[in-house]
Amino acid sequence: MYGIGILKGLVVTAKNLLRKPATIQYPEERVPQASRFRGQEFTWFVDRCTGCASCAKFCPLGIIRIETDPNGGNEQDGGSYRVDVFDIDQGRCMYCGMCVEACPYDALHMGSNFEAAQYRREDLVINVEVLKARDKHPSTWYRPQLEREKFDPFEGQPKEWKDAGRENPFWHPQRPEMLPDEGDTRPTANGEYK
Amino acid sequence: MSPLEENHIFSGTYGFVTNTLGGPDWLAYGMGAVAVIMIVVNGFLLIGTLFTWMERKVVGRFQSRVGPNRVGPFGILQAIADAVKLLFKEDIVPRRADRLLFNAAPIVMLAPSLLALAVIPFGRGSYVADLNIAVLYVVAMGGIASLAVLMAGYSSGNKLALLGSMRAVAMLLSYEIPLVMALLGITLLAGSMSMVDIIEAQHVPFLLVSPLGALIFLIAMSAELNRPPFDVTEAESELVGGYLTEYSGMKFGVFYLAEFCNVVLAGALFAILFLDGWEWAILPSHLWFLIKVFGFLFVASWVRATLPRMRIDQILTFAWKYLFPLSLVNVLALAVETIAWPDPSLGQLWIMVAVNWVIAALAIPLLSLVVDLKTPARAGRRVSPVEEAI
Repeated sequence: MYGIGILKGLVVTAKNLLRKPATIQYPEERVPQASRFRGQEFTWFVDRCTGCASCAKFCPLGIIRIETDPNGGNEQDGGSYRVDVFDIDQGRCMYCGMCVEACPYDALHMGSNFEAAQYRREDLVINVEVLKARDKHPSTWYRPQLEREKFDPFEGQPKEWKDAGRENPFWHPQRPEMLPDEGDTRPTANGEYK
Repeated sequence: MSPLEENHIFSGTYGFVTNTLGGPDWLAYGMGAVAVIMIVVNGFLLIGTLFTWMERKVVGRFQSRVGPNRVGPFGILQAIADAVKLLFKEDIVPRRADRLLFNAAPIVMLAPSLLALAVIPFGRGSYVADLNIAVLYVVAMGGIASLAVLMAGYSSGNKLALLGSMRAVAMLLSYEIPLVMALLGITLLAGSMSMVDIIEAQHVPFLLVSPLGALIFLIAMSAELNRPPFDVTEAESELVGGYLTEYSGMKFGVFYLAEFCNVVLAGALFAILFLDGWEWAILPSHLWFLIKVFGFLFVASWVRATLPRMRIDQILTFAWKYLFPLSLVNVLALAVETIAWPDPSLGQLWIMVAVNWVIAALAIPLLSLVVDLKTPARAGRRVSPVEEAI
């Protein structure tokens, strides 16, 4: 009989009418975001960075420009290079995260932001001042130690640079400020607990 | 002219001009008439604009969306925002267009739906004219709208626009017949073509007395109004925008408004012919009329949100092979009943209700068995094995 299918269809849409709308009113409401989200505003811990420029070398797009200066220190004794220029062109970044994977000292992390629209392309290039001044909201992507600590980047707690990386403080015994405080429960260089 | 003189707005303006201002009689009459026309036309266009918002909102909810909600409370000012946007847009006339027809088409589209308002009673005693051929008049006005579509399609100088308007005319020719047949059944029942007489004859709503007629009216009306599932005239997947392709700015806006106003007009017709017009208990008659009209509009939006678009051959096959015989059955049944009871009492009307529902329940499945709506395989067309098996 003709019309039965139409009636069935009307019932289907009527069920949708009684349902709550699936829409999320974006600026007012937000979808829960994954903590491994690879977002903008790279989080950079300047105290961890040695200026090795691994990130720039591994970037497939070549959008990271880094210039370093010996800064008079002796790197044999654990002294770091001073990073003078650290430009990341986020307008061309594809957020692959290779720079974060490449970083040997866990100094660079993916950010957790996605609302960084600008009116001009030049404004999308972030430089060393911006990276230093930014609040630290590192994504837990490729940083399992952050996940182990149940770190939520969207809670808005800037991380202490000591807690951000997997790096062991005993790698740099010359720098007393990197040594763990009393009562630190993290493993030693050999993977043993104190 | 009696209803006009009973009208408070008319008599108030008339009295103000003659007594307070001391104007001549003809001026007072003209100003009173203009006051009534202003209120009727602007009120109608306001409801039409409101319906553009309502349909988007309702269809949105049917699709688990929210619909427009940014402009004003619940997005109710969306239509005004759209109108302002359209006013500021560039008005483009294609070089190959027939300028006169191209510019006239939107007006020709909107005018008949405003003209048809003259015979629509909005409540007890509030109508401009009680025309004795009101039903015929409204159908004639509906025909002019498709002339406007043809004008728009022809004058655009665009093949897609012309194709869309040709489809509209083919559809109108096919669906006008079942539509008029359904209205013929109502006219037989009421014994009059006047809207007021039809409402007064409805001791039982004609939706119950003539269910087939109401169904045919709904289907044929949505085809006349180019609404889904019959919106092949502006099928964007095939014809870009149909006859609207070349229109921009406020000309497009007028077309859009006219389309929605026509739907409101169809709702008013449905309320008058099948839902007892303004009659009901407790609430004021104008309010009941509006509630019934918006009930129709809700169902129209519901159908729009549900049904996919049909092909033009499916539409025409359906009209001629299924809807036309169904409307014949409807008219035949009502004619026999009218001959049996020329002036039915309430009990006889209820007997007619029962008989007509039985006829509807038999005719729809029986016709479905008899009629094969599948388009016959064209000569020389390769028939697929699946089709052969069916």
